[in-house]
Amino acid sequence: MDYFAQQLVNGLVLGSIYGLIAIGYTMVYGIVGMINFAHGDIFMIGGFMALISFLVLVSFGLTAVPIVLLIVLLVSMAITALYGWTVERIAYRPLRHSFRLAPMLSAIGMSFVLSNYAQVAQGARVKPIPPIITGGYTLHEGASGFVVQLSNIQIVVVVTTVALLLIFTWLVARTRLGRDMRACEQDQTMAALLGVDVDRTISMTFVIGAALAAVAGMMYLLYYGLVDFYMGFVAGIKAFTAAVLGGIGSLPGAMLGGLAIGLIETLWSAYFSVEYKDVAAFSILIVVLIFLPTGLLGRPEVEKV
Amino acid sequence: MSILGNTKAKVETAAPAERGMTMPAPHAKTRAPGIPFILKKALLSALVALVLFSLMVGIRTEAGPTGQLIYWTRFGELASLVAAVFGGSIVIELLRQWLGPTGVADLVPTSVQNAFALAGRLVAPALLVFTLLVPVIFYNQRYILDLGILVLTYVMLGWGLNVVVGLAGLLDLGYVAFYAVGAYSYALLATNFGLSFWVCLPLAGFLASLWGVMLGFPVLRLRGDYLAIVTLAFGEIIRLVITNWQSLTGGPNGVSGIPRPTLFGIPLTAGDDGLAARLGIEYDPTQRIVFLFYVILALALLTNWVTIRLRRLPIGRAWEALREDEVACRALGINTTTTKLTAFATGALFGGFAGAFFATRQGFISPESFTFQESALVLAIVVLGGMGSQLGVALAALTMIGGFELFRGLEQYRMLVFGIAMVLLMIWRPRGLIGHRSPTVYLKRAQAISSDLVKEGHG
Repeated sequence: MDYFAQQLVNGLVLGSIYGLIAIGYTMVYGIVGMINFAHGDIFMIGGFMALISFLVLVSFGLTAVPIVLLIVLLVSMAITALYGWTVERIAYRPLRHSFRLAPMLSAIGMSFVLSNYAQVAQGARVKPIPPIITGGYTLHEGASGFVVQLSNIQIVVVVTTVALLLIFTWLVARTRLGRDMRACEQDQTMAALLGVDVDRTISMTFVIGAALAAVAGMMYLLYYGLVDFYMGFVAGIKAFTAAVLGGIGSLPGAMLGGLAIGLIETLWSAYFSVEYKDVAAFSILIVVLIFLPTGLLGRPEVEKV
Repeated sequence: MSILGNTKAKVETAAPAERGMTMPAPHAKTRAPGIPFILKKALLSALVALVLFSLMVGIRTEAGPTGQLIYWTRFGELASLVAAVFGGSIVIELLRQWLGPTGVADLVPTSVQNAFALAGRLVAPALLVFTLLVPVIFYNQRYILDLGILVLTYVMLGWGLNVVVGLAGLLDLGYVAFYAVGAYSYALLATNFGLSFWVCLPLAGFLASLWGVMLGFPVLRLRGDYLAIVTLAFGEIIRLVITNWQSLTGGPNGVSGIPRPTLFGIPLTAGDDGLAARLGIEYDPTQRIVFLFYVILALALLTNWVTIRLRRLPIGRAWEALREDEVACRALGINTTTTKLTAFATGALFGGFAGAFFATRQGFISPESFTFQESALVLAIVVLGGMGSQLGVALAALTMIGGFELFRGLEQYRMLVFGIAMVLLMIWRPRGLIGHRSPTVYLKRAQAISSDLVKEGHG
């Protein structure tokens, strides 16, 4: 039971990270109707940005952890958001009215560009950092001596995720930009006729998605203590699975799906086998798409002729 | 505000496109925005580049001697990259003004493209004769023979995937799974049971197409992007299982000592029972390479022949109908289930053949050869080849693998350039280099239609 509780905690933390990435997928799919294949690599770029800015700040002698982390967060969000904007501008916008496979293939190309760019620029080796946030709380001490722990970093990850989710929900529900985004999601032509700048809205969608992915990248770095150029691919597919599981196009769904995938993966690793955890995640993707194509919170897709 | 902006932009882009046909140069100059505009744009691009590359290129991290990460600055590289973006932006903007807003694609006028299409009929036989003669011409150049085998392997994979993507219009991102199934089928059957290549080849193809059907069944209801992502997941699952099922596949260490193919039982070795000894000629290791070359050529031509024949059968027509519009397809009474399954199975069959050949040529296989990059490469070949054009796929494989060879010295930049090429290809020629479709059924005369005019359904 204690073991299970510990896995539950771990799974929720991992799920938060997946959820943050999944929001980027689900928003872009909702508005543009394409799978932003490069989104996983944007997450990877975010991790690298956090790593490098952290190293630079530390070498300048900044030691106050909260301030450093805040600056790192802002810097990596800003630069990664610019990456998201640039990717959309270069690789997707010219293809908006192209045939249906074109954006997907362009996105695959962009994914290769980003991951190999990181490899060329920063080398292929894994980049480790020492733990920055240490310590934690003991939640429960079992009779067998097994301790259920909640580390500070886990708290940071979950709190940051929840805070961002709240800000983000407010953004979509209450602001002008959010309204434009929802309008574009329903009908781009109509939105344009009513004075919504569709291009700008789509760009902003990518910017926000990338910024959230950057946060996920930074959380990943803090939680696992390493980044590498290849981590975006698998994380990307899993986050996409999360988005599909939650119902693509639905924001709470993405978070819910992320948590579900995180939990399933952690529990699978804990009770079955670590080697096959990715197989489990990918199998869920297939099973969900077959039996529940609209996901948990998604709307059924109407087939138009 | 934005309505006006949009319509204006549309008028602006539409008009020069029409004018560009008749007299491009003088008009383009008169409406060219001035130098300040170009400079402003270039400066903005440079600024964006500066921010993008600032941390990634400007600072290099590496694990130091103590294991701790250290970093050093590379402001020189950063500056030159930003300068390159600035210059490149100016050049692109100038080119855009000279060529009109429609870009480089229209450089080749339609008449020339039609001429190309006509010449295509002559290119195919010429290419075939040349390929047949390659081992004769380059007998002493092992490198070219090896490269030829590699190109032919990808031609075959391209033709196989072409059935699924080009003909049936089902985007398959996990094609490498069937390649892997074929390769491992042969490798395991040959090393464990001592079966010969020619027995295993059909078996490998059969097993791969079985997997094709197994993948096909669950994804019948999916379309477009969802289908793509599921096939991708399928490919990854196969690779992960191969990597982790150590007792069967040897895991990451792979399978080694895979037997070489024989000429129907006669080995191509230096021994007394070898082909050279039996024919009474001197043994030469190149003989085996030449043999492999002709084996893969035969396999590729078989793929091509079967595909061309299938296209004329009702099933092939059904594939193409499925690609154009699934709903209409169903309305016409075509059984989309069998149509999709046969497409997957046929594509997988050829993938399995190619995999078995790959295993016997390498003598060693490991999961590393069957990554997603491989799937993407084959898909890129099919797309570059114009999706559905047999000749196009062959030429695309030649271009792609040849291009990869050019970057052999710059191994780490290879995939970067590949990715950039894929994006640029989609922007400039989303229909591939040979972008035309000739209908397989016609009333009076076959008329090639530019595939830019073909609208696709959501098959």
